[in-house]
Amino acid sequence: MFQYYLDLAWRSLRRNKVLTALMVLAIALGIGASITTLTVLHVLSGDPLPGRSAEIYYPQIDPQDLRGMSPSKEPPSQLTLIDGMNLLRAARADRQALMKGGEVPIQPEQSTLDPFYVNARYTTADFFPMFGTPFLFGHAWNSADDEAKARQVVISSDLNQKLFGGANSVGRTLRISGTAFQIVGVLDHWQPNPHFYDLNTGSYAYSEQVFLPLQTMIDLHLSQDGSNDCWGNGGGGTDTVLPADTCVWLQFWVQLKTPAEAAAYKQFLVHYSEEQRTLGRFQRPPNVRLRNLMQWLDYNGVVPDDVRLQTWLAFGFLVVCLVNTVGLMLAKFMRRAAELGVRRALGASRRALLVQLLIEAGVVGLVGGFGGALLALGGLWLVRQRSSDYAVLAHLDPSMLLMTFLLALGATLLAGLLPAWRACQIAPALQLKSN
Amino acid sequence: MQIQPILAALRRHRLATLLIAMEIALACAVLCNAAFLIATRWQQARIHSGVDEASLAVLTLEGYDPAHAVDLNARVLAGLRAIPGLQSASVINAVPFGQHAGTAGITTDAAGQHFGGVVDFYAGGPGSFEALGVKVVAGQAPAPEAYQRPMHSFLPDDATVLVTSALADHLWPGGDPLGKEFWVGRFHFRVGGVLDHLMRQRGGEGGPATAEWSVFVPAPPGEQLVGRYLIRAKPAQLSGVLRDARAAMAKVAPDAVVDLANSQTVSDLREDYFRRDRTMSRLLLGVIAALLLVTALGIVGLASFWVQQRRRQIGVRRALGATRGDILRYFQTENFLIVTLGVLLGAAGAYAMNLALMQRFELSHLPAVYLLVAAVVLWSLGQLAVLGPALRAAAVPPVVATRSV
Repeated sequence: MFQYYLDLAWRSLRRNKVLTALMVLAIALGIGASITTLTVLHVLSGDPLPGRSAEIYYPQIDPQDLRGMSPSKEPPSQLTLIDGMNLLRAARADRQALMKGGEVPIQPEQSTLDPFYVNARYTTADFFPMFGTPFLFGHAWNSADDEAKARQVVISSDLNQKLFGGANSVGRTLRISGTAFQIVGVLDHWQPNPHFYDLNTGSYAYSEQVFLPLQTMIDLHLSQDGSNDCWGNGGGGTDTVLPADTCVWLQFWVQLKTPAEAAAYKQFLVHYSEEQRTLGRFQRPPNVRLRNLMQWLDYNGVVPDDVRLQTWLAFGFLVVCLVNTVGLMLAKFMRRAAELGVRRALGASRRALLVQLLIEAGVVGLVGGFGGALLALGGLWLVRQRSSDYAVLAHLDPSMLLMTFLLALGATLLAGLLPAWRACQIAPALQLKSN
Repeated sequence: MQIQPILAALRRHRLATLLIAMEIALACAVLCNAAFLIATRWQQARIHSGVDEASLAVLTLEGYDPAHAVDLNARVLAGLRAIPGLQSASVINAVPFGQHAGTAGITTDAAGQHFGGVVDFYAGGPGSFEALGVKVVAGQAPAPEAYQRPMHSFLPDDATVLVTSALADHLWPGGDPLGKEFWVGRFHFRVGGVLDHLMRQRGGEGGPATAEWSVFVPAPPGEQLVGRYLIRAKPAQLSGVLRDARAAMAKVAPDAVVDLANSQTVSDLREDYFRRDRTMSRLLLGVIAALLLVTALGIVGLASFWVQQRRRQIGVRRALGATRGDILRYFQTENFLIVTLGVLLGAAGAYAMNLALMQRFELSHLPAVYLLVAAVVLWSLGQLAVLGPALRAAAVPPVVATRSV
């Protein structure tokens, strides 16, 4: 029966090519626009560490003085060096890492390559196991190396390709800012989007080429990048001079495997703040936050406003296209009143007619979905031509492709429901007579 | 033209009528808001930075040793001044639309109780103020000796500064800003002049109202003010001068690297700064065009269906003496009535959508003129779309009335 209806639908659609084309075009335009913007939104609001993000937390405490305090204010979004080191050494979480971004000159041994600058991440050892970074060769350094201010470095596969042609470079020496570092590991391709662990460096399509111990950076006065927030008499700290004690400038991440651990850690942050207040370092009452990774991204509003606005508009457009389709389908189905009347008179139930008409609508939806997918591919190509940092990420993945067809089919069936129902309300005798 | 019979006919086709009206209403709502967004972006992109954008460029160096700052500044300035066509070269910490520097919160009392907002500080060495070409509306430009106050952190203390009139109005509404004081932490500043306009480096964090909260501080080039140079030349020669300047750095400052992304003419920086707004505007224009197209196609589709359905009635009317013009006008009036209904519904929809957008995005109320324009556009679109089917209806010969029944 299904096949017969399909055949009927196909015949009917071919009989009225202009009307069919109009419907398909409307669906394709609406779906194409929605899927384009939805894909961008999907890519941008994605989980940078799937399967792991629920265990990763970003603690915030408030070390500022009383000036400008208000009870509802959020604590600063980074830590001072003292607090960062205290929390790191307290080691109350399963894993914890303190970090900062920067830029360092690489001085290759090969005379064919000029010195060049790369993005660097200065971090403590847990960064790698906590975020599950994949290693191509070698491994990370450990916390003993952190304390020893080891001249060790983990490099990205891109840099490994550029300097060593992709060979295993573990154990070789790399000159960074005039100092010899030993390469201990080479990362496989790893670029979490958004760049969640430090949003100050740009949220998307940003990655570091070298990773070295934070203590080593402090020891060598390597230049740091990102945001420094100071209060009181705190000096901002220029490129290579460390920020003052009254500046927050470090990111701190912890891994807590269960909600109970998270609650305990939050309690620990409150105790820590109280303790520091008794010591006279903190002046404000404890004001702590412990957001997990996705909450942190949400709190920072990493998805650009423009992208959300575009998604809204695209769906408004889809609704217009659907209303348009409802109108066209109504015209199409009502025009076939005579044919439907004959089928009714021959014994087809209203239900059967409804199914037949909905199948016809479904065929329109599928063809429209196909057109929509093509338009979305074109739309995403256009998006990629733009200069925004996230533009390069806009690709249609299989799940979004499936979503395209489901959305097209669902939307057209919904649009077909009203016209089909109207068309089924035909009195068979009346239709037979008028012919 | 009798409207009564048209209304009666429409009442018989309530569903189809309502569908077209709905489509027009939705199109009207989206159209108004999209057009309003475009206009808003366009207006923002036309903001006046307050400086002579066409004559200015910036050169940024990196990688030098801060200990040699004084020497580097001297070498670079001397090197730049040797370039033919250059009008002036000076040290500055930032330019409008460029990389931002010197953002700080200020208070209007020494104790730090009265928070004045977050503002951008332009710290410039001798000659930079004149080169910027900002207009002083009260007080006076910094005196030569003002550039000698020693720097602390990124600003000199106890400096006499110039604020924009927008910032002055915000900090001391109604009062005379000259001689007023403000603080950044313990650093103290006194207002010696008021500027007409000077945009913040990357726009205001608190929306358009704060876009001009800037302060110009005369400052001595040195370890805290080094590496960024303001170049002024005649607009026609500027790009050539900038090219020469970038090239000259290899000779005069081999210990530094030119940061190309931040060594541009101010016009290019501006272009870059508003690129996102421009792409967004183009995208919205695309949405509007597609929307109008789909709406027009919908009207054509339904109107054709109606014409075909009513061939017999049209034939009867023609046989009873109606002219072709009467039939044509019938369909046009019918379309006009439906679009009017749609526009009325759409006006409510447009305001609702505007309110929803206002809650999520930085946007003001939709001015009524957008609704008027949208109504005119949709009326014209409707008339154009219905013209084809209506002409076909008018071509129905009276003899149809005698056939097929």
